[in-house]
Amino acid sequence: MSGKVDQLALFEFLLRMGDNTLILGHRVSEWCGHAPVLEEDIALANTALDLIGQTQLWLGLAGDVEGKGRTADDLAFLRDAWDFRNVLLTELPNGDFGQTLMRQFLFDAWHVVALGQLVRSSDPRVAEVAAKASKEAAYHMERSAGTVVGLGDGTDESHRRMQDALDYLWPYAGELFESDDVDRAIVGAGIAPDPAGLRAEYDTLVSRVIDEATLKVPDTTYIQKGGRDGRMHSEHLGHLLTSMQWLQRAYPGCEW
Amino acid sequence: MTQPTVKQVWEWLETIPDPEIPVISLVDLGIIREVAWEGDILVVSVTPTYSGCPATTMINRDIEAKLRDSGVHKIELRRRLSPAWTTDWLTKKGAEALEKYGIAPPQQAGGPKRCPHCGGMSVERVSQFGSTPCKAQWRCRDCFEPFEYFKCI
Repeated sequence: MSGKVDQLALFEFLLRMGDNTLILGHRVSEWCGHAPVLEEDIALANTALDLIGQTQLWLGLAGDVEGKGRTADDLAFLRDAWDFRNVLLTELPNGDFGQTLMRQFLFDAWHVVALGQLVRSSDPRVAEVAAKASKEAAYHMERSAGTVVGLGDGTDESHRRMQDALDYLWPYAGELFESDDVDRAIVGAGIAPDPAGLRAEYDTLVSRVIDEATLKVPDTTYIQKGGRDGRMHSEHLGHLLTSMQWLQRAYPGCEW
Repeated sequence: MTQPTVKQVWEWLETIPDPEIPVISLVDLGIIREVAWEGDILVVSVTPTYSGCPATTMINRDIEAKLRDSGVHKIELRRRLSPAWTTDWLTKKGAEALEKYGIAPPQQAGGPKRCPHCGGMSVERVSQFGSTPCKAQWRCRDCFEPFEYFKCI
């Protein structure tokens, strides 16, 4: 099977999966020590930890597929912004607590739907990472959805902040469902579903929670994109990398 | 030395405590999936609890140290992802030890059956997450003590 699959497309696909979890995991970890209450601090740090753990699996596999001896660490710490394949949604600054949780929910919902399909991947290596990650993603979504409902259907101020967050983030969520040649090669080989095909299930799931949160999905089809194909990341990614990659930039090859 | 039996190796592994919850062993936790000899190499397959669990590295080191101390020198630790770890693999002995230690064992219902301190049935969740990836924080309304619950996945 793997002989017929376009290995470059598979590598790109794995970077997209791993860079999403890496960059979002790093963003969420920025809350460590700053969340409004201790329990939320611990919850965010644990979510970040799961995402970074999943990154090791996806990027580790990407390195294997590439076959140039690069490890997950090499891919995470020794690439520059233009080589990253995460969607823009994940690299946006956290904003307030509500915006962070709204982004988490919009991502978790996609993650749960996408991983639910990937467990049936024709590539057993992809399927087993997806099976592992999907349990964690389901747990994340239980919490992010609950928090979106709690804050959306909360006080006037929390409601306003959650609606602002949804209005701001919604166009970014659209990038998760874009397709290109990489996707066509991967879909053709039965490795992953067509991203566009996940939209209906996603919309149903998201609207159920957004309705319960007494919020309103914005009436726009505009999509902010450029991250998953690496064509145009936002300026925020470079700033994130200077912090995340600082040690390897200051002390190349450092290990401890 | 003669090759120790697989059964003997399992017995050794059963004495290694989980680094974060030392009242249960790695075998009780259900993360040792297979022990087998491949020629003169002892292969131990280990599955991670959570993909980002920082104890994984220490667990591998502890297994290696224990086996070396027991006289086995050709060791290969294999990461086995599939099937993904589930709390169903926690042994009955492990679940009892957890509760005695003050950590409520996992339940299919998604929450603790009772307070591990006073046995009270009136409990409430404080946070879905806790001090390690495998635990959540709960509180007892009878004795008012907080306690940890081993998440069911």
